[in-house]
Order: sequence, then structure tokens, then C-alpha cells
Amino acid sequence: MTRNETNRSRSSNSNSEKSGGGGTTAMRVIVPLQGVVQGRGGLFLGSVIPCAFFYFLQFYLKRNRKNESDSGEENPAASSPNSDSNPDSLDPTRSQSAGHLTELTGLPRSLSRILLSPRNSGGAVSVSGRVNSVTKGGDSPYYVGQKRIEEDPYDESSNPDGVIELGLAQNNKLSLNDWNLENPEETISDGLNISGIASYEPSHGLMELKVAVAGFMSEATKNSVSFDPSQLVLTSGASSAMEILSFCLADAGNAFLVPTPCSPGYDRDVKWRTGVEIIHVPCRSADGFKISMLVLDRAFYQAKKRGVRIRGIVISNPSNPMGSLLSRESLYAILDFARERNIHVISNEIFACSVHGEEEGEGGGEFVSMVEIVDTEENMDRERVHIIYDLSKDLSFPGLGTAAIYSFNETVVSGARKLTTLSPVSSPSQHLLISAISNPKFVQGLVRTSRQRLQRIYQELVKGLRELGIDCTRSNGGFFCWVDMRGLMSSYSEKGEVELWNKLLSIGKINVIPGSCCHCIEPGWFRFCFSNLSESDVPVVVNRIRKVCETCKSQN
Amino acid sequence: MGLPLMMERSSNNNDNKNNVVELSRVAVSDTHGEDSPYFAGWKAYDENPYDESYNPSGVIQMGLAENQVSFDLLESYLEKKNPEGSMWGSKGAPGFRENALFQDYHGLKSFRQAMASFMEQIRGGKARFDPDRIVLTAGATAANELLTFILADPNDALLVPTPYYPGFDRDLRWRTGVKIVPIHCDSSNNFQITPEALESAYQTAREANIRVRGVLITNPSNPLGATVQKKVLEDLLDFCVRKNIHLVSDEIYSGSVFHASEFTSVAEIVENIDDVSFKERVHIVYSLSKDLGLPGFRVGTIYSYNDNVVRTARRMSSFTLVSSQTQHMLASMLSDEAFTEKYIRINRERLRRRYETIVDGLKKAGIECLKGNAGLFCWMNLGFLLEKKTKEGELELWDVILKELKLNISPGSSCHCTEFGWFRVCFANMSEKTLELALKRIHEFMDKRRSF
Repeated sequence: MTRNETNRSRSSNSNSEKSGGGGTTAMRVIVPLQGVVQGRGGLFLGSVIPCAFFYFLQFYLKRNRKNESDSGEENPAASSPNSDSNPDSLDPTRSQSAGHLTELTGLPRSLSRILLSPRNSGGAVSVSGRVNSVTKGGDSPYYVGQKRIEEDPYDESSNPDGVIELGLAQNNKLSLNDWNLENPEETISDGLNISGIASYEPSHGLMELKVAVAGFMSEATKNSVSFDPSQLVLTSGASSAMEILSFCLADAGNAFLVPTPCSPGYDRDVKWRTGVEIIHVPCRSADGFKISMLVLDRAFYQAKKRGVRIRGIVISNPSNPMGSLLSRESLYAILDFARERNIHVISNEIFACSVHGEEEGEGGGEFVSMVEIVDTEENMDRERVHIIYDLSKDLSFPGLGTAAIYSFNETVVSGARKLTTLSPVSSPSQHLLISAISNPKFVQGLVRTSRQRLQRIYQELVKGLRELGIDCTRSNGGFFCWVDMRGLMSSYSEKGEVELWNKLLSIGKINVIPGSCCHCIEPGWFRFCFSNLSESDVPVVVNRIRKVCETCKSQN
Repeated sequence: MGLPLMMERSSNNNDNKNNVVELSRVAVSDTHGEDSPYFAGWKAYDENPYDESYNPSGVIQMGLAENQVSFDLLESYLEKKNPEGSMWGSKGAPGFRENALFQDYHGLKSFRQAMASFMEQIRGGKARFDPDRIVLTAGATAANELLTFILADPNDALLVPTPYYPGFDRDLRWRTGVKIVPIHCDSSNNFQITPEALESAYQTAREANIRVRGVLITNPSNPLGATVQKKVLEDLLDFCVRKNIHLVSDEIYSGSVFHASEFTSVAEIVENIDDVSFKERVHIVYSLSKDLGLPGFRVGTIYSYNDNVVRTARRMSSFTLVSSQTQHMLASMLSDEAFTEKYIRINRERLRRRYETIVDGLKKAGIECLKGNAGLFCWMNLGFLLEKKTKEGELELWDVILKELKLNISPGSSCHCTEFGWFRVCFANMSEKTLELALKRIHEFMDKRRSF
């Protein structure tokens, strides 16, 4: 306002310039302003008119900008000719043909596109803020890849040119299924007798099942720790377990420290409904992607300066995506760090049973559970450690829907138990599991076979990639290879990584997870999940990558 | 490794001398509501459960709305149809391979189709359900919470007619941070929702500066055991359109209506409407726990006419998955229309007879119930037994019934009923003999009272 008053005379001139053409218009502007200048009742007008003009200008510019971005967004969503034939055509974020994929130059790391322009018909009812975060995420390679798999899934015999899934962390070699085929009666006698399983059962798991799971977990840690069943809370999946812990250990607006690269699922599991933030602590290839305590501490300190309260640190062991095993010293260091800062440690050990590289001499390492580290510590330290475990991963039974939280903290156990009413394990699954994993012979055989299989596939894949000049970090556990494809990118940047990912999907027809989804600070790394592959699939995968390599080389 | 850190030793909580690591408010809050009498009665039952032979003087559980009346039908079906392969459904184990490749949160197509077909049958074909609009969750509890997360932000509100299912306090509020603003209903019109009550609830929220995002009803109603009239549903929809908010209809008891013709689902009303902005605000919750008596299976669904909601709910259901094994097991059964038609019919008949048994028995003891036509419970009026029609008076009476009669029933105040003296009594989770015993205990109690 002050500005307008002092610039009165100047503004009248500039206004007349802006209003350009019509002399009448100019007069309409100038006359009231003259009134202002001459002090005649136009002080109001003299302030209002320039302000009004200013606001109209802003509005006009904003509208134009919005129209541009709208028309840009609608292309991928709206122009799918085959949308009706696809049963999932409800989803406008699905692009129906490969051509649309190349339009994805969007940045996976900082998605800002809202794919659905909200219908402003006046009657459109609005949904919560949470929905927007989903629609924004629809563009992420994580989901796009999955869609492509659905449309065109690889099958050795019936669809050899289909897209091979190396993105989803599943182990569907179906050892449990083999057992079921051999022992249908055993399964059924415990699982089917409906009157035993139809009623409400504790949502956090039957004690019988917890005892069995505790035994299974001991087996995974080679019996160096014995797990107490009463400290177990079972829930319908690892996502739910992570979310439950997030709800229990932090309030909205607090944060967890998460070393990266990390599981792509954390963005959803930790943050989505809880309002808890993630602060990434980058690890570098130069360090072999090991956690640096210095970097960790710096991240903590910076967060504190910004006024963000850190409530815990989330680690995974074997790590996702690298597959490396954390050493005893690292685990102790992390525990010390947590103790000094008085925060929690969430140790995601969902791949504990899939450790396949331990036998290797140098660089192999052993799997050490965080539980073992605190086993001999005092109470207070134990209360800050919480483990997540996933039976469906290690039993080759995706869709089983059984994961576990293990905690020494009674309040957490009690709170988590109540929360499982919202994500319970179904009773048929509980009973099936009880019969399956209470059989020690079966458990040992399953774990051993699974590990051997994983190791074989892993070694084959790594060998094949090496022949192409592509290296991976050393993986000793889990289902992933962390692959260094920096040499194939056209530019060392996020854009280069997305381009390469696109090529792998559309030319190579393999779905992998680009490092950006894992929040890796260095572009060019990719996560390959190999647990879905049979031995005969490995050469197919390698060949396809070879094709992509050749394309890249000829282009670069 | 473990570099001595030069930075100041910061403590997150300066006032916590013992360095005990803290938990979140959600973890330590009471919003889970599990301290209410609703759940306390269950505890009493757990400690001293009635058993015909071993513990005949134990507490009879009448606070749990579980349906065991038609269980034999399920058992015989499963044994007859699929003796070996039932664990994996009629396709048998090889079908399992297909199962392993699907993305968890979409659910098996065959199972969604089976659910859609089952829901259509319950409504006598008066509404169609599209399997692609079905999102699976681990129970209706999870479905209600999920919808709340999706439709409302923290500190917003949902309007819920009283009396309502005590679990809503937890399911709708606990983690979501959303509030419940009650729509007060009373016995003057059999607890039906009136436009005035709706408007009044809405204004209450507005005055408190709370944004209302939707209305959530249970139809048939828990705890009333009665269907919502068609006219009321239409009024509700009008209200929601006018205020531009959502309507969630929890139809978990839709298969337990004694006479099919008396139930109108909101799906029927919406069926013939083309205006998308009208339809998009309607969402239905369903579960197999009550109608099929399979609560342990934890199968719930959200059915929404809103694409955005379907998509989000699907992804959010990652937190609350239905195991593939369960889906397989039930898919073939639910899509067997001959079986489901028979089951629905017989189940309704048995529930109706149970209802009549208990209502007649109570009447003989001088106790009236609300006229009900659905569900696994009746809404009993003991107001005349209260010296003071207050919450304390009601809870005192409840305590007496629990301790002396050893019957666990649910007091109306735990359902947020504004009239005191009403109780919800479940009748479907026990044998006929046990029901008779319960009635006997009530008779004796009433006789004793009268002799004073």
C-alpha cells in the first residue's frame, strides 16, 4: 500500500502504458487516479486499482501456467486406445502401450505430478491428502514395472518373450508347495477342519504358532539366540509390521534415520499413514555401501538443528538391496549410537533365512541378528531394539500373509498386539503354518534347500553379468543383486538412470528396480531380484541384458 | 568403527533422567477403546467361560456377535465337494502356481468375482457388483479404518448414528486421528436417523470448527438388529450430496436379514444413477465374518464407486492382506451359486427362529426388545429396571447381570446410546440349549426382582 501511495504519479503513467490501446480504458484508469493525486476521495481507488490490476495479472499468469501443465499431464493418462480391453482400465495411471513409457521422463526421485486432475464439477467429493501421495507415486518405476509384468508376464513355455520380473522381492520357488503336494493329508487335517479355525482367534497370533515361529527364527540364527514366543506379535505382512512399529515408536512429524540405498517399500510402510518422516543417510559405493557412523551422526545433528526429532534408525540385515550382512562391529556401533541418542533400532531381518553366502571364506561374513547383540545387554538397551521377520519370504510362500515383530519392550508388544486387529493373520494360515513349521525336519530341509538354490542362481547370474562387464556388490543373503550399470548410462545422472531403466524394460523386457527407488545417492545402480528365476532363466536374462548393452554401446 | 563422537551428547528428552526410550502417543493412548465395558465383559468370559459339561455355572458369552447357527452347512459342503484339494480350492494345488505370481494387494480375480457374485445374491440381484471395484482387506475392521484414512484427514470427522458398534471408536479414530461426531437417535422412532438429527450433528461439528468428511452407517444396524428404511437411505444420500461428503455403508450383516425383502442396500439406490459425482461418494464395507460365520478367516472388502478410492484402497491394503490360501479356499465355495443360495436362505431362517425364541422368552420375563429384523443380536430394553436412568445406573445393572446372572451382554452406553437402559444381547453364537439356559437365568432374575 505504501508503495502505491508514494508511486502515485509514476503508477498513473505506467498504468496508462500497460492499458495500451483503448484511450477510454486509459482514461478510466487515470481519472480516478488523478482524483487520488488531487486528494479527492480517490485514496481508496488509488490503492485498489493498482492492487486489483496486480492481482488480475497474477491470476492470469497462474491460469496460463496451469493450463500448460494440465495439457502435459493428460497425455499419458487419457490417450490410451486400448483402455477398455484391459480389465484394470479403471486406473487412469496405467499406460496401455509401450510407447507411453518413453514419455516417462519424470523424475522418480521427486515426483510432483498429480495424475488425476481433480474434477471441479462442483459436485465432486474430495478425498484425503493421503490419496494424492498415492496418485503421485503411480508414475514410479516400481509400479510401472509391475503393470508391464501383468500385461506381459514371462513364461518359459507359453510366453518366452514376456517381461521377466526381477523387481518384486518374492521367492516363489515354492518349496512349501512341494511339501503340500507330498503331504496333502497333513496339511488338511490341521488346516481344513473348519470348526477349529473359523472362530475369532487372537489377531496377533495363536501361542502355538508363536512357539513355532520362535523356533524357526532360532533356526535362522543357527540357534545362537532363543526367541521368546510371548515377545512375538504376528501380523499380516512385513509392510504391516513396519507400519505398526512406526506407529508405536514415533509420532507424526518425527523421523527415522534410514541408511540408503534402502527398500523401496519404506516410503509407504513408514511414512504413508503415520506421518512419520524418513531421513536418508546415504552410503557410498566407495565404502562398499557400508553405513558410516560419521555420516549417520551428521544426519542426526542436522535433523536436530532443523527441529526434527529422530525416534529411531531402521537397518536391514541382510540388507535390501545390497544383500550384505552387517558385521558384529557394525551392529554394536549402531546400538551404541542408538543408546547415546536414546532412540530405537528397527532391524529388518526378513531375509535372515535366505543367507546363502556364508560358506564363502573371505568376505562371506556371518549373519548376526540384532537380538543376539542385545541378548546380553541390560534391559534398557534391549527395550530399544525391535526386529521384523517375514515368514512368507523364507517359506517361499508369497501371499501367506504372516510376518512377525519381535520386541523386548512390553509396551511395544502390547500396543502392537492391539494394532494387529487391523491387520490380523487369518486362522487357516496360522494353522497351516503350525503344521508346516513345527516339523523340524521339514524346516531344516526347507532352509537348506532354499539357501543352496539361491546361492546357485546368484552365482550363475553374477557370472553371466561379469561376462558382460557388469559388476555387482557382494551379496550374501536375500534375493537381490545390487548391480553396477553406471557404464551403460548415456549420462551420469538421474535422467541417465531412468533412460537405462526404460531400455531394460522395453528392449530387454526385464523389470528391475532403479537405484532411485531405493534412494541411492549415486545413479546407475539397479536392484535385480533373482529368487524368481529358475536356472534356465538366467541365461535368458543375461542375453537380454546383452542386447541392451549392445543398444547402449551403439548409442553412446 | 564407533568413532568417539566429538559432538555434544544430545539427549532427545532432557527431562528423562533414566534415558528410557519413549514411545508414541498412539502406542500409549486409550483410543483403542479396549478398556470399555464392551471388552471388559469379554475378559470376564475368558476367565470363566461357560461350558455345558465342565463349567455349567460359567459366564455365557452374549457379547460377541458371532454366527454359529449355520456352521454345519459349511462343514458338509467343504467335506463333500473338495476332500483333497480344498486347501487350495477346487483347482487344487497346481492353481497355486498362478497364485504365486499375483500382486498381493489385487487379490485373486477368481475370489473377487466370487465375492461380487455372493454380494449380488444377498441383495437378490437388485444390484450388480463389479469385481474390479472390490478391494480385499483382512476383515471389516481394517476396511473401515482404511476408508477412514482415505476419506478423511486427521482432525476431520465422520458422522455416525448412535447407538453404534463400540469397535468404531478404535477402528475409525485410533490411528487415523479422525473424530466421530454422533448423530443422536432415540427410541421415539425406533432409533431411525432423522434429517433433523443429521443436520444437528453436522452443525455441532461446524461449530467446533471440525470438517465433516462423511457419514458412516451400519445397515443392518449393529447394535439395533434392524435394517435402515429405504426412505432414510434416500434422505442420507441427499444429505451427503448437499453437503458434498461421503457415505459409507457397513453392510456386514446384510446376509443376516431375516426376510430378504426387508433389506435395501445403498447399492440398489445407487444402481440406477448415472451421475458419477453422485455415485462417487458411496462406499460399501462387507465381510464374511458374520454372514458366513468365518470371523477367523479375516476376509473383508471395500466396494467403492470411486476410482480414486479403489486405487488407493488397493495399495493401502498392502497393510492388511488376505492370505492367498484363504482366498483359494473360499473362492470356489462362494461362486457355487446353488450352495450360496441355499446357505443364505437357511441361515436367514435359523436366525429368524433364534430371534423369535429370544424375544418371546424375554417377553415372558416381562422384557421388551426393539422390533428387529436382522443381525445376530437383539436390542433389549431394561430401562424400567433402572432406579436412575443414568450411565452409572446402567453400568451397575450390567455389572449385576455379569456377576450374578453370569451373562455377558453389552450395555448401551458402550455403544454411545443416549438413552440409558438398553442392552445388546447376542444369540447366534451358542447352541439352542445354552440360549434356553440364558433365558432361564433371566427369568429367575426377573422373578426375584418382582418379589421385592
